[in-house]
Amino acid sequence: MARSKKISVDRRGFLKGAAAGAAALVARPEAAKAQDAAEVHRPATPNPLPGAKQTASETTPPPHVDVWTTDRPGSDFMVDVIKTLGFEYVAANPGSAFRGIHESLINYGGNQAPELLTCLHEESSIAMAHGYYKIEGKPMMVMAHGTVGLQHASMAIYNAYADRVPVYLLLGNIQDGAWRRSDVEWAHSVQDAAAMVRDYTKWDDSPVSLGGFAESAVRAYKIATTPPMEPIVIVADAVLQEEPLTDADRAKLQIPKLTLASAPAGDYGAVKEAAKMLVNAESPTIIAGRVARTPEGIQLLVQLAETLQAPIIDKHFRMNFPTAHPLYGAGSIGGADVLLGLEVPDMWQNTHSQTPVNKMGMESKRITKPGAKVITIYAGDLFSKSNYQDFGRYDEVDLAIAADAQATLPILIDECRKLITPERKAVIQGRAAKLAEVSRRNRERDIEQAAWAWDASPVSTARMAAELWNQIKTEDWSLVSDLTFVSNWPGRLWDFDKPYHFIGGHGAYGVGYGAPAAVGAALANKKYGRISVNIQCDGDLNYAPGVLWTAAHHRIPMLNIMHNNRAYHQELMYVEDMAARARRGVDRAKIGTAIEDPNIDYAMMAKAYGMFSEGPIDNPNDLGPAIKRAIEVVKKGEPAMIDVVTQPR
Amino acid sequence: MKRFFLLSVFSAATLIPAMCQNGDPANGKKLFLRDGCYECHGYAGQGGAAGARIAAIGLNAQGLIRYVRAPGGQMPAYTDKVITDQELTDIHAYLQSMAKAKQPKDIPLLNALEKK
Repeated sequence: MARSKKISVDRRGFLKGAAAGAAALVARPEAAKAQDAAEVHRPATPNPLPGAKQTASETTPPPHVDVWTTDRPGSDFMVDVIKTLGFEYVAANPGSAFRGIHESLINYGGNQAPELLTCLHEESSIAMAHGYYKIEGKPMMVMAHGTVGLQHASMAIYNAYADRVPVYLLLGNIQDGAWRRSDVEWAHSVQDAAAMVRDYTKWDDSPVSLGGFAESAVRAYKIATTPPMEPIVIVADAVLQEEPLTDADRAKLQIPKLTLASAPAGDYGAVKEAAKMLVNAESPTIIAGRVARTPEGIQLLVQLAETLQAPIIDKHFRMNFPTAHPLYGAGSIGGADVLLGLEVPDMWQNTHSQTPVNKMGMESKRITKPGAKVITIYAGDLFSKSNYQDFGRYDEVDLAIAADAQATLPILIDECRKLITPERKAVIQGRAAKLAEVSRRNRERDIEQAAWAWDASPVSTARMAAELWNQIKTEDWSLVSDLTFVSNWPGRLWDFDKPYHFIGGHGAYGVGYGAPAAVGAALANKKYGRISVNIQCDGDLNYAPGVLWTAAHHRIPMLNIMHNNRAYHQELMYVEDMAARARRGVDRAKIGTAIEDPNIDYAMMAKAYGMFSEGPIDNPNDLGPAIKRAIEVVKKGEPAMIDVVTQPR
Repeated sequence: MKRFFLLSVFSAATLIPAMCQNGDPANGKKLFLRDGCYECHGYAGQGGAAGARIAAIGLNAQGLIRYVRAPGGQMPAYTDKVITDQELTDIHAYLQSMAKAKQPKDIPLLNALEKK
């Protein structure tokens, strides 16, 4: 590719006619402008003759100026590469460092496959891609400025990293100082753009040629989507984007074929050993972390659980297991003699009691029964980094299989079935009725608990979940938010069984994820005609509420129900804990944690962003009819919000 | 107050002599809100993921005091420096004044879930 700093004027692209006149006007001296100004104030006369200077300015050739145009910038080729990767969307807050690709995507690329999503914050862009993946099962591309944009995006990248979600991040940068034109471009350039997020991305590259870009872009996609899946970063140099690419040079460039790697399954010998331990166990129990990557993952987990009659303890990181299944939630850690952890990032935490929240340190004690064995199948064992500590405590286990759990399940199920003798089958089937009874009692207890505070104001989170369920249970629905902050009520009252019924949580518990992840997931649901439901925490929304506008602008149908408890409530409880520990001021925990005085009017906020809204609703009897009206809006293809003033949890 | 685990304190509670006067539920309500009991247990004492239900429980005032001073689980201890026995007695009176939940069968939305 030609890389002259001053490209010769491309007269083919020079606009003639009216544009030439405009260019001349720009170049005119001040005196001529003054003359014109004077002429403006003359009494109007029909068809006035031009003045001498005006005539001269319009007939004299303009002074020579360098004009840069091109029919084929390097960014067009980058778009050719991007299109081979099959992205539906690219999310971006506009930034000068990737203006070349931006223009190529919308004009050369036709703003289709990928279509550009207008985001109002880079944290929103990344979290939208995060939520989108959890429904669609493939990455969304994100563009961001290599410096200030990436700084905005970084927390959301860490969430995606901890949640094992592939996000394809393209950064703009002007690598070579000789090409930077201003203090702005110097301030917005960086020697090693990806360095800031290298601790929580899987791979990055800063190619220095278009050929290198093509190979790295394809390689990055493969790396991101191979378990353990993680975000990647590709830096698109601005000079490569904007400099022309001749047809001859374009003909020399190749775009490598993308071949995705199969997910790593467990070592056969180790899997056989795991099967032996599970089949011979009296009370095997499965802890499900990020197991189901695809719809098949749910089916496989059901098969394994039913083969062993092993209850499932679901961590709610993914839609892993049907909540109405008699094995769902029917087990306990302390009751198990063999525990199988599938894609559980911190198995230690599951096998030990937690140190009380108001104490530091490691006082936790093992809660498994004496002699209980622990097996893990975990892709995280294949990929470790040091700085950020999301890997958790060291797991003391009896058999650790470094592999992707879903890819390993077919072999494990086969091996278990081979080992089940008639005697073992009788034992296994013998525990089915008992586990089903535990599951039934759990549900009965949940319903009884939901009745408490049923008529209370603020609205109880159980009532909110029940009112929502009543409206969506006959629809094709998808919960595009987490369960943690509403006491898991949807998980306790709704029937989750389809892969898109639930998207799991943050990953790294970085607040601000909720709203944009919900918008991204709802976008993925859009083409399937699903009703996306987002139970939206108030504190979370206030990080980057502009994503509401993105939902409205792109006509993303989704029902947003505000869980408006008017506080960063987890932190409020923590400060309360600290005050009780320090034996002072337990009445002052709201300072710095409450979001009140004034109360935020989320219905008004949604309206300001162009979204249908109602509320605030604090009478629980008003909630059902409001949800019904909002769903009618959603069914028309628009987002809607109901602001509900809620109980804390 | 947080995360009551009531079964373990029932027997201990009955051994403690009455040490406080009868509680004032109106003052108890003020204290319930002022001292942040609602944060984990809900404004209606209904409980949730962060704390157990404490509305209309069968624990007497002495049992409540005993538990709050030396709780189990995740609840922090509240000493008499931050909340007195009399104040806890008032809170207990307020908790006892709270209405019990309806039966799920009397709530159409929950009745529908029960019948499923």
